[in-house]
Amino acid sequence: MATIGVDALVRLEGVALGYEGAVALRDVDLSIAPGELIGIVGPSGSGKTTLLRSLLGEPERYAGTATVAPDTRVGYVPQVETVDWNFPITVEQVAMLGSWRTRRWLPWTGRAERSRARDVLRQLGIADLADRPIRALSGGQQQRTFLARALVRAPDLLLMDEPTSGVDIKTRHEILHQLAALNSAGVTVVLTTHDLNGVASHLPRLIALGEQTVLADGPPSQVLQPEVLERAYGQPMLVVRSGRETYVLPVPEEAPGAHEDGPPGPDSFDVIGRSGRDDA
Amino acid sequence: MMLEPFEFGFMQRAMIAATLVGGVTAAVGVFVILRRLAYIGHGLAHSIFGGAVVSFTIGFNFFLGASLWGAFSVFLINQAARRRQIGGDAAIGIITTAAFAIGIAVISRARSFTRDFEAALFGEILGITNQDLYVTAGMIVLIAVVLFLLWKPLVFITFDHDVATSYGISVRWVEAVFSLALAATVVAALQVLGVTLIAAALVIPPVVARMLTDSFPRLFLIAVLIGAVTGWLGVYVSWFVDVSSGATVVLVQAAVFVLTLGWGLLESRRGLNAARRAERLAGLERSLND
Repeated sequence: MATIGVDALVRLEGVALGYEGAVALRDVDLSIAPGELIGIVGPSGSGKTTLLRSLLGEPERYAGTATVAPDTRVGYVPQVETVDWNFPITVEQVAMLGSWRTRRWLPWTGRAERSRARDVLRQLGIADLADRPIRALSGGQQQRTFLARALVRAPDLLLMDEPTSGVDIKTRHEILHQLAALNSAGVTVVLTTHDLNGVASHLPRLIALGEQTVLADGPPSQVLQPEVLERAYGQPMLVVRSGRETYVLPVPEEAPGAHEDGPPGPDSFDVIGRSGRDDA
Repeated sequence: MMLEPFEFGFMQRAMIAATLVGGVTAAVGVFVILRRLAYIGHGLAHSIFGGAVVSFTIGFNFFLGASLWGAFSVFLINQAARRRQIGGDAAIGIITTAAFAIGIAVISRARSFTRDFEAALFGEILGITNQDLYVTAGMIVLIAVVLFLLWKPLVFITFDHDVATSYGISVRWVEAVFSLALAATVVAALQVLGVTLIAAALVIPPVVARMLTDSFPRLFLIAVLIGAVTGWLGVYVSWFVDVSSGATVVLVQAAVFVLTLGWGLLESRRGLNAARRAERLAGLERSLND
């Protein structure tokens, strides 16, 4: 990737990307400013990971220009499925892999790198797991360990591939909270997600992919539109707004003529209840 | 009686060579088993046999000829494996078997099965000269330096291959250098163990170490220690049992594997019994309280 010295951290113009000659995404135009928090959404195979990794300069680029601001440090957190879980490695050792370039020709890690890794693990609330084998952790703890590996590099741009995939609702909330805190501290965050309701609708900016290109780019109110989502997912979608919350539901396939007066959907919300203390 | 093997120069050289080769094959083998490359280790040994036979036949330096042959095989495997239609395991199968077949073809043309060919197939550790020992030691130092310098990227690639590039690691370059180190290891081990037994020495010590620890640095040290000690012990024991030294080394390693496996099974059964006892006691306590 070339470098730029303007206000954007990353800029893609007319980019076509793919692997081994097969185009996965084309006509991609987007710009990422420092301090943004962005979600990339779209169905499986729509090119979310390809677009994310294009910010690392990885997939083959067949057209267009990709530029990144000089001296940008990038941290990347993959989907946890890519890892070899049989590998005997502890949480702290995984975190320290992020700083492998420091003393790169020596097998051991320096005191400063170890101390930095401990600080990051503490910041993420998993310092007490430092000596545990990574395969013995829960999905959320593993996700935080890989986040620690990215953060020991003190990145300006943090890329996360499906950070909330396979974790429970509480862990998802904690991960999103941590990402928001990092973003508030000045780290630009770009993540991919399948979760339109629990994750995407809460992000300030979304990029929707489908039909091998960017279908929409903007705030959730602009991107989570039935027309955009139908083009992305290839089926009618229902978008419901209640106050600040947005819910996206696929319209179930019905027998022809079942709903002559329009697509099925709720006329109103019934709030079943709310847990928690009422004394606030 | 027990010290008798140490009285002979050829046995001293054999024990030193087996210790060094046992240690280095285990060190490289750690990455081989964790990257699930046992097949390439086995294949390369056969491939390098072809190079050894050709070198013997044309009177070329054995170490140089076998190393060049091994490096060329690795290059071809890497090139073929990059083609999506072929894949890594098929590339290894085709190239290493073809290279082995060249060796067999050369032998059949020569119409004689000489001692040198037999040495390459089954190892001839007792025939190691001082010069062989120096060359083997030199190669092992070179392999150790490669592992030392590439330790961090190798660990990263082995653990999380798909992401290593994102962290600035040149995966292709590191893998190419590692493959050459693996080829050099096979060449260094050829005279000690022979083509047919090298794969076992690459795999058994790291697998035993893996059963004993969950820490990578400890696994590496334990594997090297097991490789070196079983290498020495195998040659030492072979003196008394009058069996081929290479085979004895592998049999000693296999015995260590069986013992470790048995111990592990015993430990897990003990753990299970203890858990059952604790459960029974808790149940008894509950019923007493009720």
